[in-house]
Amino acid sequence: MLDESAELSVSITQIVQRLKGTHLHSQLEKQAKECLHKPEIKLETLKDDVRRLLKASGWERKLQNAVYRELHILPPPRHPRAPPEHTKEPLAYMRKAQVNWEKRILKSLNSMCTELGIPLARKRPVPEQNELTNKWNEMGTDEPDLSKFRPVYAPKDFLEVLVGLKNPNNERSEDLTVRSHWGLIQVSLNVRDIPQTREMYPELGLTYGQLGIDDHTHVPPDLFESEHIHIGKKVVSEHDSAAAQQYSRQGCPTGLRAQLWSLILNTTDDPEAITHYEQLKARVIHHDLLVDNLIYKDVKLTASNDDYYFVFEDYLYQVLLCFSRDTAVLEHFNYNCATPPKSCIQSKSGSEQCAVVYPPNGVIPFHGFSMYVAPLCFLYNEPSKLYSVFREMYIRYFFRLHSVSSHPSGIVSLCLQFERLLQTHLPQLFYHLREIGAQPLRIAFKWIVRAFSGYLSTDQLLLLWDRILGYDSLEIVAVLAAAVFAFRAENLMEVTSLASAEAVLADLSTLKVMPLLQIFLFATSV
Amino acid sequence: MRSVMSANAVSCTIKSPVALQIGDAVSDSSRPGVYITDITLAEPVNIQEISFKNYYTAYLTVRLQRREDGSAKWVTCLRNYCLMSNPHAEDGSHDYFSIYRHQMLTEPDNVTTVRLILRQPSSEWLNFSIEEINIHPCAKEDSERDVPAWISTLTPVEEPLDLNGLPDPETVSSSIQQMWALTEIMQASQTAASIGRFDVEGSYDVKLLSYT
Repeated sequence: MLDESAELSVSITQIVQRLKGTHLHSQLEKQAKECLHKPEIKLETLKDDVRRLLKASGWERKLQNAVYRELHILPPPRHPRAPPEHTKEPLAYMRKAQVNWEKRILKSLNSMCTELGIPLARKRPVPEQNELTNKWNEMGTDEPDLSKFRPVYAPKDFLEVLVGLKNPNNERSEDLTVRSHWGLIQVSLNVRDIPQTREMYPELGLTYGQLGIDDHTHVPPDLFESEHIHIGKKVVSEHDSAAAQQYSRQGCPTGLRAQLWSLILNTTDDPEAITHYEQLKARVIHHDLLVDNLIYKDVKLTASNDDYYFVFEDYLYQVLLCFSRDTAVLEHFNYNCATPPKSCIQSKSGSEQCAVVYPPNGVIPFHGFSMYVAPLCFLYNEPSKLYSVFREMYIRYFFRLHSVSSHPSGIVSLCLQFERLLQTHLPQLFYHLREIGAQPLRIAFKWIVRAFSGYLSTDQLLLLWDRILGYDSLEIVAVLAAAVFAFRAENLMEVTSLASAEAVLADLSTLKVMPLLQIFLFATSV
Repeated sequence: MRSVMSANAVSCTIKSPVALQIGDAVSDSSRPGVYITDITLAEPVNIQEISFKNYYTAYLTVRLQRREDGSAKWVTCLRNYCLMSNPHAEDGSHDYFSIYRHQMLTEPDNVTTVRLILRQPSSEWLNFSIEEINIHPCAKEDSERDVPAWISTLTPVEEPLDLNGLPDPETVSSSIQQMWALTEIMQASQTAASIGRFDVEGSYDVKLLSYT
């Protein structure tokens, strides 16, 4: 490994390169030029004076926030001899599994396209474009015939891929031995146990105030809530990303959550963001993608059937259709070991074949994908704002939930962490469920893949996602899944089949997330 | 930055690993937890860096045989260097590592043999080893290098280079190495600026996805 100072200069170079040419860069230059007209600037101390003025007018803070955002998505440091795919995913057998999984998805999409005789992409004829423009705000009223379309894959298909992951350098027997994994995930990744999770999530401890616990009606607000809201207002007025992230570890007040999340994700209200969204909308109007039908179908099957989210159906189309056409999302493949699907098309002059990415953002939606967007509709009613926040959350967190990787926030690690926590702290329950053919992961997987969206009530879900943002990790999702099993352990010990175990855990809408997490992490004897 | 150029690795012979086991290697069912690999160098080298790719080795000890005053002495230059923070888990199992001169306990000068002692105490893994081993020497400024015979038959340079106000080649080359590495990084990353087009000259008639 390169030594620390060399790594630091590499990181700095990467961040500078990424920020060069962005809207912020040109704004900063413009501001610096305007500073020159100010009387306080002296020629001898020009650099320091300009810097001071930029700091006072809040531009340094904006730059800080932009750098902080880049740090979140910076690829890990590379050894000079390591090839790029190794940096994204060091384990060769996982890379292979991801490639095979992608091939299956491509085959499925190609065969759907051939069977239905519908092209994967086509330009919309002008009358259709006009019709769509008129209907843009009420696409939900359309009732197209989607019966021929089926989702490309569902979470349970992906679970089978994960269950089949095997390290060739490891032998596993079917019997329960001292060394065997009781659960479905058979790879040995480094996952945190309860003592280590306590160290990672100290602010969830019993001595800290929490929104979700200490804002309950019978707790006087002076104890925690009023002060916390007061601090929240300060954080918002300071426009500080890092402070907002730290703050949200103890929960975001409902009235401030939209601004706080927007700060943490560094999504701005710039005209640039609105223009970007309008450009994407124009692309939706001009080109029709097969993937759009998959999105329609997914929204109709999931969000439209949900008591909390059906009102946002139109917003979901507006966000997801634009998302499919956003090539900026391709950047996340710098640190995602998945590869975007490609196709060859003839150039207009007919002379050459060009490789294009399909869909333009490289992400093929699966059954339940729209549930990543749905909870955000409670926070943002401006489509461009909603879109920016969703896109940032996807490229930071959600993509890890449906690609095979060994990352600590990746789906494989989350599943293994869930199983290990359960096996370590509720061994009797785990053994019992295993014996009746109800492997716990088979029930919990759908919660983990969706980060509990659609399973918890919305206010509880947003409290959970506060902590995902605050700690910059999805591990809390695995911990919550184990905590839910711990909570319903008594009932689960009495069931005798997978179906009845699923029935016990079918309805999570009454659960209070923060007390469950706190009890599981801090009030369980280890 | 010198480690970027793998071209300057010295040629060496890497012997096949020998397992250290108690009992009969053939009939015993337990797997060895220690392997020893010897690397002989063609001639004494001052080592700058040893780079390799790990394969499930947990701890690495490096011993060097140095030629000193006519006799050969063994010294330990790295003791139980941790490659996998948790020997039972995958973290670090496939990673690339470099051991630099300044991390070593003794000066790795005039080294004739390098002995790598690999330890993997966990019973999780079937095999473990170290691959793609490269030993990089210190850059020699004044000593002559062995050149292949055909180079020495070229017309030799008679007089020293007349710099004529040009900068010293040494400083230029070291700063170029730095810049080269930085430009490699810059080329690899993309700017976040413009919204990229996904179509080709306005058309995006995608028929089928490719499998490669």
